[in-house]
Amino acid sequence: MVEVTLIEAARRAALQEMRRDPRVWVLGEDVARGGLWGQYKDFLGEFGAERVVSTPISESTIMGVGLGSALVGMRPIIEMRIFDFVMCAMDELVNQIAKIRYMFGGQAKPAVVVRMPHGMWRNSAAQHSQMLEAWFAHLPGVIVVTPATAEDTAGLLVQAIRSDDPVLFFDPKDLFGVPGNISDPIEPIPFGVARRVAEGDAATVVTWSAAVPVVAKGVEMLAADGIKVDLLDLRTIWPWDQDAVIASVKKTGRLLVVHEAVEVAGFGAEVVARVVDVAGPGALKAAKRLGAPRIPIPFSPALEAEVRVTPEKVVKAVKALIA
Amino acid sequence: MSDPGDNLRRLTDLYATMARIRAFEETALAAHKAGEIPGPLHVSIGQEAVAAGICINLRIDDRITSNHRGHGHAIAKGAEPKRMMAELYGRASGYCRGKGGSMHIADFSVGMLGANGVVAGGIPIAVGAAQGLKLQKSDAIAVCMFGDGAINRGPFLEGLNWAALFKLPVLFVCEDNGVAAFTRADSVTAGPGVTERAKALGVAAITVDGNNVMAVDGAASEAVAAVRRGEGPHLLHVRTYRITGHTSTDPAAWRPAEEVDEARTRDPIKRLGAVLAERGVAPAELDKIIDAAKAEMASARTQANAAAWPAPGVAFEDVQDTGAVAWSK
Repeated sequence: MVEVTLIEAARRAALQEMRRDPRVWVLGEDVARGGLWGQYKDFLGEFGAERVVSTPISESTIMGVGLGSALVGMRPIIEMRIFDFVMCAMDELVNQIAKIRYMFGGQAKPAVVVRMPHGMWRNSAAQHSQMLEAWFAHLPGVIVVTPATAEDTAGLLVQAIRSDDPVLFFDPKDLFGVPGNISDPIEPIPFGVARRVAEGDAATVVTWSAAVPVVAKGVEMLAADGIKVDLLDLRTIWPWDQDAVIASVKKTGRLLVVHEAVEVAGFGAEVVARVVDVAGPGALKAAKRLGAPRIPIPFSPALEAEVRVTPEKVVKAVKALIA
Repeated sequence: MSDPGDNLRRLTDLYATMARIRAFEETALAAHKAGEIPGPLHVSIGQEAVAAGICINLRIDDRITSNHRGHGHAIAKGAEPKRMMAELYGRASGYCRGKGGSMHIADFSVGMLGANGVVAGGIPIAVGAAQGLKLQKSDAIAVCMFGDGAINRGPFLEGLNWAALFKLPVLFVCEDNGVAAFTRADSVTAGPGVTERAKALGVAAITVDGNNVMAVDGAASEAVAAVRRGEGPHLLHVRTYRITGHTSTDPAAWRPAEEVDEARTRDPIKRLGAVLAERGVAPAELDKIIDAAKAEMASARTQANAAAWPAPGVAFEDVQDTGAVAWSK
């Protein structure tokens, strides 16, 4: 085991897979220079300019070229630099990548990984801070990965690169500097398996991505007050670990879902609805969602704080849930 | 090849390909009118010389991407009309198991990477296929078929810039039938047009008479060879005319009948037939080719109409391996 930051864990995972499989290549803006986040540092020297391709600022073509290369047998890592820029490549992602296998009756499996660093980070304002992962959980044909730790980022990225399904990989920008321990070699982590962060029977708290450490802090504060909850990090929101969540809810009877994304129509709504569908309304005494208000992300730190989920908000929500 | 027109065998092949495309689409139109084929149907009647003239220059491992008007491209690249027709009918034996229909026919086994329901949608995909082939050190190339409407979408600019920048083995073919859906392309396109746009990005480009299959073949032969030699992307602007409406249900009443009548005199099949007759091919031989094409497509229609529907469970297959349908129904 070696202790590295989350973004270094991601770098090592991609490096390992590019060494392992010559079909893997990476394309995106500035990737030959190491990528905006250093996630491809030193790749150019090892793999050369044909496999580490710095591209024009042409998002739709970055996405479409990755797809086209997959259709002739390559396994591209498509780097979007920042999640928000994928809006410029939505046709290629939604109409092409997500549809091609189905539309063509299974003739092709586009094995692409689309990396989209998302979320609030250093007051980047409305076009560089969004979390819209719920959109993609709504989209058939793709896997949606939302890790929160160095270990999970590394293991899930390895799994993503080896996957025959298209994988949308949401790197958590705000956590890039957080350290964790990764193994060498990095072993793949299967999709759809939640990680238990804390254990308790007062309530079930479900979260993912950048909200995980925030919620974990809130859960620690609750524990100090003698309130112990089950905290589950979903790690991937499609597929998601329905069994783990329902097993926990059957124990606690109370469910809180927390995400950094806007609360309205967020994936938390799906989690709550699904639990009611499967476990029955009788399994739940109370359920609650906690997310951002339905406003764009403001720039000023004084305003951005209004949008953020905080440990204090988590404490308040859990206390309301069990009251 | 110095002059493909010298090769009678090649001309006869081109004639047969065009005849098969025409027969396929006329058969499909009739079946659509009879209520046998559901959904939208975009035919390319009058444009057959483009598909035939380009694809005769391709190898089976060359890849093409196509657009919503792609039956001709698929047939010319080697797809089986029987399986295409079954797909139009939404049957299990169709290329896409009934999940794609007319706008999404693909046959990866002959390098046909798919028709596309989004204008310009195939451009980045073809460029990516070319980049993948280059990464694999293959000498296969990618060919991207798109219409005049596509040159006003962003992926056209992005894709040509990209292909030129990385000197990729891709041939762009702008199949210009003069109409973007129901709107004359020149009424919505600024500047001198597609070849000048391509040249501005460093992509070699020429205009060809797309109703003259020998001209298309000759230009494609040179362009394909140049692309295969590693000389970077090329563009052919192939001017043709869409005899029918945008879809099978569009009577195209917005244009004068005389215009269509005039275009019919330039019908690419008739034109090549006249050349073949001049070179001594008996009219009965040409009729035989046309009749064989019609018989092939009539049989494809009969078989498709009798073919089994996909089992309902097929709707849940080919989505994704992980997290597909276990509890998403």
